[in-house]
Amino acid sequence: MATEAHAAQGATGYIIHHLTPLSTGHGFWTLHLDTLFFSAVLGALFIWFFKIAADKATSDVPGIVQNFVEMMIEFVDTQVKDSFHGKSKLIAPLALTIFCWVFLFNFMDLFPVDILPLVGSLMGLEYLRVVPSTDLNATFAMSIAVFCLIIFYSVKIKGPWGFAKELLFQPFGPWLIPFNLVLKLVEEIARPISLALRLFGNLYAGELIFILIALLPSYIQPVLSFPWAIFHILIITLQAFIFMVLTVVYLSMAHEDH
Amino acid sequence: MSINATLIGQMITFALLVWFTMKYIWPPLFDSLEARRKKIADGLAAAERGQEEVNLAEKRAKGVLNEAKDQSAEIVTSAQKRANEIIEESKDIAKKEGDRLIVAAKAQIDQEVLQTKESLRQEVAALALSAAEQILNAEIDQARHQDIISKVSNQL
Repeated sequence: MATEAHAAQGATGYIIHHLTPLSTGHGFWTLHLDTLFFSAVLGALFIWFFKIAADKATSDVPGIVQNFVEMMIEFVDTQVKDSFHGKSKLIAPLALTIFCWVFLFNFMDLFPVDILPLVGSLMGLEYLRVVPSTDLNATFAMSIAVFCLIIFYSVKIKGPWGFAKELLFQPFGPWLIPFNLVLKLVEEIARPISLALRLFGNLYAGELIFILIALLPSYIQPVLSFPWAIFHILIITLQAFIFMVLTVVYLSMAHEDH
Repeated sequence: MSINATLIGQMITFALLVWFTMKYIWPPLFDSLEARRKKIADGLAAAERGQEEVNLAEKRAKGVLNEAKDQSAEIVTSAQKRANEIIEESKDIAKKEGDRLIVAAKAQIDQEVLQTKESLRQEVAALALSAAEQILNAEIDQARHQDIISKVSNQL
């Protein structure tokens, strides 16, 4: 359902059109409006759904909504308790937010690739990329926030000197300080980058394959997109789960004194 | 693909979501879970206590039942004994009563025999007297021989 300008360029144009965000502004101050909009809406959806359950939370027989929400809470709490042994009021809610938000991001992938852009074009929007996790900004926003928390907790738990010692003297002792520092910095910085790129890469590739399938003749499309969508249900859950678990693991490592 | 100001917007959204979850969503839900866990634990404990009480009561009931059984057996035995005694007693009484009746009957029979003898004696005496009167009507003066006749009559 490419617009006229891209239709002229054929398949490549169709793909590029689907992967171009609706943006405004120039240079660094460009804003991807679709990413911001969908992530905010999905976040609000998550908050709204869980707030309903939280308001009606009762220790008596739970309703369907509360049951589901409690299942999520228990699931996240189990994951957090498995890898994180300290006490923190932040980590479990953080993990829950990450899991649900990323899952909802990814879930947008399961909408047929042309539906929402079609609706958008009817509303006069030239571009519309509906899956926020195919935007590096969205994935990096989360991973950088997690990175800041890692640094914050490392300094808070180990003290500035303790954290500095860990950076300088590990793993090879005080005689190889520059080497240690380089290794440690790479290790620390690799975390947010791998977090963000893993999620982005998986979802970007998944979306790309949906778009490629959409380019095929319509009688072949269901045969391919149906199994891919089924498989994708696994992937989107798995990616959300991985992001959450790694966040918890990184934060618990920040809490542990060596 | 470019990193731009969207990143900042996303981070703000993320921070707000995490803050809201931490403040308003996680605590009430987690508390309700904890409260339910406690409730269930209490309920289970209460159920266990109840079960124990039932076991105890069952044991007690069994004891009472056994006691009652023993008692009833005892009562039956003593009642049987008593009944036998009563039977024996009444047998004795009946025997005594029978003896007494026999003795009384014998006495009555004796008396009746005596009475009959007496009346017979008197009748025989009267008959003998009348016979003697008829035989000796002429010569024997009734008044003179009255003594003799009564003597004979008494010897009968």
